[in-house]
Amino acid sequence: MISLELLVASAIALLTAAGVYLVLHRRTFPVVLGLAFLSYAINVFLFAMGRLVIDRPPIYDKAAEGYTDPLPQALVLTAIVIAFGMTAFVVVLALRSFLETGVDRVDGTPDAESDR
Amino acid sequence: MNLIVSYWVVASVLLPAVMGAAILLFLRHQLVLSRFASIGSCAMLVVAACVLVNEADGGVIQSYAVGNWRAPFGIVLVLDRLSAMMLLVTAVLALIVMVYAISTGTDRKGWHFHPLFQFQLLGLNGAFLTGDLFNLFVFFEVLLIASYGLMLHGQGAERLKAGVRYVIINLVGSTLFLVGVGLLYGVTGTLNMADLAVRVAAAPPGDHGLIAASALLLTTVFALKAALAPLHFWLPGAYAATTGTVAALFAIMTKVGAYSIIRTNTLIFGDAAGDLAHVAAPWILPAALVTTVIGFVGLFAARGLRDLAAWAVVGSMGTLLCAVSVFTVEAMGPALFYILHSTLAGAALFLVVDLIAKRRAEHGDAITVAPRFRQIELLSGLFFLAAIATVGLPPLSGFVGKLLVLDGVRASPQAVWIWAVILTTTVLAVLAFARAGSTIFWKSSAIEGEITLRSLRGKRGGVAAAAALLLTLAGLTVLAGPVTAYTAAAARQLFEPAGYIDAVLGPRSGGRR
Repeated sequence: MISLELLVASAIALLTAAGVYLVLHRRTFPVVLGLAFLSYAINVFLFAMGRLVIDRPPIYDKAAEGYTDPLPQALVLTAIVIAFGMTAFVVVLALRSFLETGVDRVDGTPDAESDR
Repeated sequence: MNLIVSYWVVASVLLPAVMGAAILLFLRHQLVLSRFASIGSCAMLVVAACVLVNEADGGVIQSYAVGNWRAPFGIVLVLDRLSAMMLLVTAVLALIVMVYAISTGTDRKGWHFHPLFQFQLLGLNGAFLTGDLFNLFVFFEVLLIASYGLMLHGQGAERLKAGVRYVIINLVGSTLFLVGVGLLYGVTGTLNMADLAVRVAAAPPGDHGLIAASALLLTTVFALKAALAPLHFWLPGAYAATTGTVAALFAIMTKVGAYSIIRTNTLIFGDAAGDLAHVAAPWILPAALVTTVIGFVGLFAARGLRDLAAWAVVGSMGTLLCAVSVFTVEAMGPALFYILHSTLAGAALFLVVDLIAKRRAEHGDAITVAPRFRQIELLSGLFFLAAIATVGLPPLSGFVGKLLVLDGVRASPQAVWIWAVILTTTVLAVLAFARAGSTIFWKSSAIEGEITLRSLRGKRGGVAAAAALLLTLAGLTVLAGPVTAYTAAAARQLFEPAGYIDAVLGPRSGGRR
């Protein structure tokens, strides 16, 4: 029997692994994708830190038997907004840097002949 | 909290927020008015910080519940000696840097300098005042986002390249910050720092592993901001590539990392946390020693004066964190004094270097022999003083600071290492600065002719701003007695977290237990 916890945890692990792998790349585009993957992983992780609860309301409800933790949901919302804005910014910055310097590598060194 | 004090506390966060937005919306095309608004805001922040330091020196920690939501449910702003001191040094630095930016015309080199500057101050002041861990993350983001804009201000190929690296490394840092915060919330169920202190101290041994992991993750993030080896690689490139004005303001940015390390490791993971007390300390000390060595050896690798100033920042952060990592009252007081000194000295060095580079035309800041330039006598004097302050020679406050640090760490078992590293690196730094100074001023003065410039902005204002920073350092030296008394009291406050906890959660919580 596969539990929900196992599924969520392995999804976080997979996203983080993909994110770390991509962030370590040389070109800006995979790095930006990697940052996006990492922020997805963190969002799910933060959400899971309030424990996985099914079919329970986060705020007051007369008929409710129990509640799910509303705070991580608020935190995730904040984190999503910040990560979204930063992804947009880093895309524009990488583009601008590429157009102005002709180099698309994070370390700023020009491409070797063999890379072209 | 006293009503008047609470106004000043809220004003330190709200004023730059409102000013930044107002300048952005209404004064976008009016440079003169936005300059007035910006400088007015900086001056008001200095006044507010002075009032708050005076208030905090009474010894009572005060907390302000935002929106009147009681802690631990709402977010609190907490005023203690440390946060008041950090507010004051930020405000003084910001005012002087703003004067410099206006008189040299840095703010005309691109759009939105003034709003970004105000948002930067909002993030800094918020980070120093907040008593909530997630709120600290949000203020970190605010100050980082503003710093991205400021760092890229004026643009140019080199700056964009360095900017991409700076932004990406900080985004990865923010991700780690969230992991640390999430873990801590998952285990303890709170994010209020005072409440965290209580719950971490009472945590069952089964949770200790997770809490230690989160403590180390948070310390890693703060170490990244504080440029602690091996996470210092981003700093020299970023600081050397941006404008001198912005680099001078960024002298406070690394101290935000140091502040956060001090705050979390004394309050949340402090002495009362049992097994978890100062869990990161054994990692910070060796890293700090290595940072000191790398920073001051890096001085010799500098090809330009900007690189020199940037490596000096790395070295001084190492020295500072050596004192912090001992985590005793005796060493923390000197460490706090050294924070004040190294912020102002680092900024002064960046401003003087910028003044020199502006006057050397195409030679810029390169450490090469070139003809004489305008105001060379005056600037060589200023460079000499800034170098003395940075290296830590008498008579300026760097000497006092290093002496106090050496004295403060005496009781530590690792004192021998700290003494050896600090004393050796000081000699290295003297050599490096002497080499750079003699090339640029001494050897250059033997060459015929003078570099002529078509126009030079801020001939007086810029020099006055740099001199003002050095005068502040002189003031710090003359008033070292009262200031060290204050920092020692601040250190005692940090190592008695019960006062902080009572102030935030109410006296009935009975402190830690």
